[in-house]
Parts: sequence; structure tokens; C-alpha cells
Amino acid sequence: METIDTDVAIVGAGGAGLRAAIAVAEASPSLKIALISKVYPMRSHTVAAEGGAAGVIKGNDSFEDHFHDTVSGGDWLCDQDAVDLFVHEAPRELTRIEHWGCPWSREPDGHIAVRPFGGMKVERTWYAADKTGFHLLHTLFQTSLKYPTIERFDEYYSTDLVVSDGRCHGVTAIEMRTGQVRFFRSKAVIIATGGAGRVFPFTTNGAIKTGDGMAMAYRAGVPLKDMEFVQYHPTGLPGTGILITEGSRGEGGVLINKDGYRYLQDYDLGPPDPWPRKKAMELGPRDRLSQAFWHEQKKGRTISTDYGDVVHLDLRHLGEAKIVERLPMVRELSQSYIGVDPVYEPIPVRPVVHYTMGGIDTDIDAATAVDGLFGAGECACVSINGANRLGSNSLTELLVFGARAGRRAADFAIDGGVGPADSEVQSAAKAMEDRVLELFRRSGGAESVAGLRRDMNEAMEAGAGIYRSEDSLQACTSNMMEIRERYENVVLTDKSNVFNTDLVEALELGSMIDVAIAMASSALQRRESRGSHQRLDYPDRDDAKFLSHSLARYSGTGLPGIDYCDVTITRSQPAERVYGGAQE
Amino acid sequence: MSQRTIELEILRYDPEQDAAPHFQNYVVPYHEDWVVLDAINYVKDELDRTLTYRWSCHMAVCGSCGMVLNGEPALACHAFVRDFPGRIRVEPLQNFPIERDLVVVMDGFIDKLSSVKPYIVPKEEKDLDDGEYLQTPAELGRFKQFTDCINCLLCYSACPQYALDDSFVGPAALALAHRYNLDSRDIGRSARADIVASNPGVWECSFVGACSDVCPKSVDPAAAIQQAKIASTGDYFMSFLMPWKRR
Repeated sequence: METIDTDVAIVGAGGAGLRAAIAVAEASPSLKIALISKVYPMRSHTVAAEGGAAGVIKGNDSFEDHFHDTVSGGDWLCDQDAVDLFVHEAPRELTRIEHWGCPWSREPDGHIAVRPFGGMKVERTWYAADKTGFHLLHTLFQTSLKYPTIERFDEYYSTDLVVSDGRCHGVTAIEMRTGQVRFFRSKAVIIATGGAGRVFPFTTNGAIKTGDGMAMAYRAGVPLKDMEFVQYHPTGLPGTGILITEGSRGEGGVLINKDGYRYLQDYDLGPPDPWPRKKAMELGPRDRLSQAFWHEQKKGRTISTDYGDVVHLDLRHLGEAKIVERLPMVRELSQSYIGVDPVYEPIPVRPVVHYTMGGIDTDIDAATAVDGLFGAGECACVSINGANRLGSNSLTELLVFGARAGRRAADFAIDGGVGPADSEVQSAAKAMEDRVLELFRRSGGAESVAGLRRDMNEAMEAGAGIYRSEDSLQACTSNMMEIRERYENVVLTDKSNVFNTDLVEALELGSMIDVAIAMASSALQRRESRGSHQRLDYPDRDDAKFLSHSLARYSGTGLPGIDYCDVTITRSQPAERVYGGAQE
Repeated sequence: MSQRTIELEILRYDPEQDAAPHFQNYVVPYHEDWVVLDAINYVKDELDRTLTYRWSCHMAVCGSCGMVLNGEPALACHAFVRDFPGRIRVEPLQNFPIERDLVVVMDGFIDKLSSVKPYIVPKEEKDLDDGEYLQTPAELGRFKQFTDCINCLLCYSACPQYALDDSFVGPAALALAHRYNLDSRDIGRSARADIVASNPGVWECSFVGACSDVCPKSVDPAAAIQQAKIASTGDYFMSFLMPWKRR
């Protein structure tokens, strides 16, 4: 196995990975950086984010407001020291991206324009039309080309962290073009692999979002934090799950049921007028909107289609000019994929799995429990998102914590102590290569990747959806444990060394199964309802028992151990989440 | 409901086993609203695990699934099965070496993209505490269209000039260079001129416009290249009138 020596290895080249790479390069030009990704950077799923990135920049706004919106939006499960840091660093990071060329939308006088977003008291979401993630990603990728110390390893699928003596020594990865496993021996590793929405069947997430980095860290001994919190975005296109941005509601779009009624007023989000209005109705938080859909469906007030029940997102009153200027992609996606022009017709939408609030347990500097291992972006849980992330906080999070991870990893690589003898590290890496080779060479198994993946998707949707219960979660975990057993009999059809996607998908499935079990087990243990985690059998929030982060610990073939750690509360004591007219 | 079927005729090539590419046919039942990518995913999941291609977002923004469908470069996630007659011939993008099946080697493109210095070269570094550069909507409008490129490479597949000479920098990379040249925050035009205004640069383009015809994002790289030619000609004459402005 070839060893590639580097100082900082970064797994994932989306928004967080690229930002981290640039931060390392700027911290010290003497550090070698290996930026490893299973896809070319511009294919990373940051590309699909639409609505914008939150950061306080206008005179009518304040850090305090952004802090409180985020903490209450997260149902008080956010670590408040991390949120404080986040809101303070946000505008600088967004400005930096502006200096790097991001084509932010502007006001007539040339200043940055902002738009309202769900759960935000003041309009503070920077946007580049409705392709903000796309522009952010391409700006970061193009800017990263300036730095000669960033060496990219595109289309290398990372399989495992190499940990010895409680310290991370690098990562093994398959060079997809040749099928060879390489050992990236490094002083520090940053995981920036994004979320795991593909665990579910109906998701906005691209095919690549399979939780690889979460699973790698988890297997290496880092707990996965708050995995029960999975965000449903309220407005996805039926069938494909394509995202229709919250920005469309920020611009004034409304949600109506089959009677043309703005049903959100029945769920503590009204009154409907005047509209638009911050933190009310369609600009409530995502968890509440998706839950309201579920109730409307139960009441028989949704519209049935071939791809399940929907409600209507009506943008017609915005007029063609505004839709073309602010929401061109929404219009194009609707026209292409469901044949609806939002200028003339309402868009059918339904809730869709969108974001994993939980992830690799990190501290405020992106450090994990394993020395030399860092995490940032959706794969990590700092936690600034708590039990429900506010729209437009995640793109900013990539930048703020990607940069922090980069700076901290650079310091660690410069100051880090001496690791164990090289032979020990090499044999740890060899064990990881063997794991891949065993799967590649296995014969005689009966299970296919596609079949098992479908079973996993069904188990998770049936048992761990918007509303959950003891029974549904018990069934879900036991189904998932059976799927994991069957996974041991997965066999590849494709035996080529060249770009073997059968192999990569099998490894991705292994990651997803581990992550799914952590989600279901954490959800089963949290016997309360908070944010995106709603239990039919425990409908209320229970601060006495559960004002704490869950930590799922990997235990090989068994169920994970679940324990809890404190939430950091500095100045905002848990209170009722209030939206709509009740705020006054 | 009777299920309609489509026949996919897909180019296959595994360098470990095949002396040359060949076609393999698959019959796929499809739904009215399926895109070609859905049909290819059906083949992968139900019929043939060895079929190899790239894809991710399924919403025409990540740029992974560029292919040639019945002779036309297209995104497989943005081309509807219903729009084809009973058979679709699926081939990898033209003008790139085949890595395997529908996956092409794109190293050359990445090198070209890097070569045009696709990042802001500022007049002077501005402190973050001094806030953003002001840029009016009109200034943004000058280059906005050219920022929309998703690097899907359809334009390289369609470009007759790139087919003749793969040293040509090509539509997407030249459009990106032009995008930064037009940005009011940037003064890097002369630094990019080595590549952009050179022979493998804009002057190699014969203005057939095939790149703009196939662009799924209406970036219009042909227009970018023509504008860049005009600017480059201006630079050439200015260098005689104002020789001190030469680099």
C-alpha cells in the first residue's frame, strides 16, 4: 500500500472542506495539505443549497437577535457559547467570501442585500439569487486554486481513519481510477463529509450524502451527538424530493391546503396577516412547518398525488419579474421536473428529509475526542443547531467552523507531539486496507447493495420519520440490526479495479447502516419531544430529563451505547418557543 | 396501468477487460416523469451492478451526469425519457478519454480551469472590518450570467474546435476567465491574458456557437469568448498607443 505523507488531510471538499483547506494554507505555507474527496469539489452537495447564508450586517439587526433566534429555533439544545461565537464570526466569514468574488445579490447602492428566512426575527440572509450554495462552493473551489500547498485528491473514496494510541495518524482511501488503497499519513485529519440524508428514501440530498465521515469517526471511537434530530424541509417536490428554497417563502410565498386555506394559522403560527411577517406563518421554523403538514394530512386536508400527499406553495402574487430576479432556479426546477410554472400555478410540495443536526461530537474548535481529529460542517455537531436548524445557518456554519477547523488543525500539525512507532501505524493502516480487500474479494454472499439499501430506507421512513413512537423506533432498530447482519453477506458483482462504483456504494451502505442505527437508537432513548424529534407517546419537552445532548458510542456489532452530556447554557434559559402573534 | 419501456443502448468499456468500447442494451420500464438518469439508475440497481457513471444531485446543479444522448450532449438528470423515441443511445462525453463506461477523464479540463486564474485579483487587499466591496446590480449584471457554469463539460463535448485540438482552453474555462475579467472587484485581466488571449485561448474559437446551444444553464460561453476577443484586440492596439501599460 502506497503511503502519501502530508501534514493535514481533509476528507471532503465541499464548503467546509474547502474553507478548512484555505485556512490551513493561510495559517502556514509550510504545511502540506491533502484535500481528499470522493467527487470533484464542485460536485459536493453544498452546490444544492439555495436560499442563503445568515450573518448580521444591517443596522436594524444585532448579534443578540441572531443568537436568540438560533437558540430558540434549536429548542434550547444549542450550546450557547458556540452560538455566540458563530453569530459573531458569521459576518466576517461572509464578507471574506465576498472579497473572494462570491456574486452576492446587491441593493441598488451596491451593498449586500439580505432576505427574510424562517425563524429569523430580522432579515439577515445573504443570498446569490436562489443558487447561494452553488456560488459559495464554486467561489471557494476557484479561490482554493490560488494556494499551491493544497494538493487535491479528487475521486478518492476515504474508508477509514487510522487511529493508534488514541491519536489519529491519517486516513485510508481508495483511488477510484485504479482501485488501489492509499494511506494518507498525516499529523491532523479534518472530516468535512456532509450529512447522511440518503439514509432515508425521500430526501433533498444528493446520492453522495451517505454519512461516510460520520461513520468513520464513529468507528474510530468518537461519539455521534444528537443523531435523533433529522430535519424535514417543508417544501420538496413530490417524487424527486428536489428542494424548493425557503427563500421562496422569504420573498412572500404562502402555503395552502386543498381548500386554499393557509393552514399554518391553525398551528400556533398565525394570524396570517399582515404578510409577509417575520417568525410567523410561512416564516416559522422548518420543524413546525413539517409537523403542521403531518397534521393536515391526518385531517384529510392535503392534496393526493401519485407521489403522496402535497400542499401548495403559492408564489403567483409575487409576479413574474420578482420570481425571475430572486427565484430563477425555483421556477426552472418546477417547470422542468413537474411541469408547473410558479408564475401561473402553485407548486405542489411536501416535507422531505433535508439535514442532519447531529453528527461527530466536536468542541467549539472543531476538535474531537481523538487527538488530531477534527470535524466541521454538516457531518459535525458543535452544536449550534440544537434540535432544529434554522434555514440559512448551515452555509454560514460551513465557513465559520470550516475555518476554525483549519486553523486548529494547522496549530496541531505544527505543535503536535510525537506519535507511536511507524510500524504500529502502518499495521493499523494495513488492517483498514484488508477490510476493503475482504469486501472486494468476497464471494458467495446473497445480498445486493441495491436491495439492502432499499430495505434500510424503508425501515427508517417507517420508524423514524417526522413523528415517532416507542413501537415504531423499536421496530426500526431491530429492522436495522437485521439489515446490518445481512450486510455481512453483501457481495459485489463488479470485480474491476477501475472506478468500481459497486464497491464504493457497498462501503457507503455500510456507513449509512451505522449512522441509521445511531439515529434510531438515540431517538428511541429520547423519551420527549423537542424540535425535529417528535414522539407521539411523549408529546412534551422534558427539560428535567432531556436538556442534554445524546452521545451514541459505537460498539461493533451490537446496539450503540447511549449516554448524555450537558448543554452549555450561558444566558438564555429554556422557555417556550413562540412564533406568530403570540410573540407580541 | 400498463408500463411503458425504453431501450437503452449504453456504451460499455472496462479497460481491464475490453480491447475496445462496445454497446450493451437494456430494456427499462419507466414512468412518465422519469429522467434518463432514473432509467440508468434502474439498470444499475436492478439489471447490472457493473454499469459505471457519475451522478449526485438529480437537479441539474452538480454537473456530474453529462453524457451524450442520441448524439447530443445533455445532463442525464435533465433529459426526460418521454422526449425520446423508443430507444436512447447513451455514450460518454465526446472529446475526453474514457475512464470506464460513461466516466470520462477530466484532468485536462481541471488543468485548463486552473490555468485561467479563476479567482479575484484585487487592486489592494481590503480589510474585513472595512466591509464588502460595493457592487451595484448593474455591475453584477455584467458578469452574472458567466458565473452560472456548473462545469458539466457539455460544451467541450459539443465544441468542434476542441475536437480538433485539445490544447484549446475551451468554452467553460474561457467563460470563467471572462467572468472574473468583468468583475468590478478584479484587476487580474492582464495576468489572465497569457492564456486567454493566446492561441490556445480565445483566438482558437471558430465561433460555431455549439457550446452555447448545449449549455444547460444558459451561460452562453460563445458570447463570453467573442466579448473577450474584442477586449483582447483592444488591448493589442492600446499597447501601441500606451506602451507603458504593457506588462
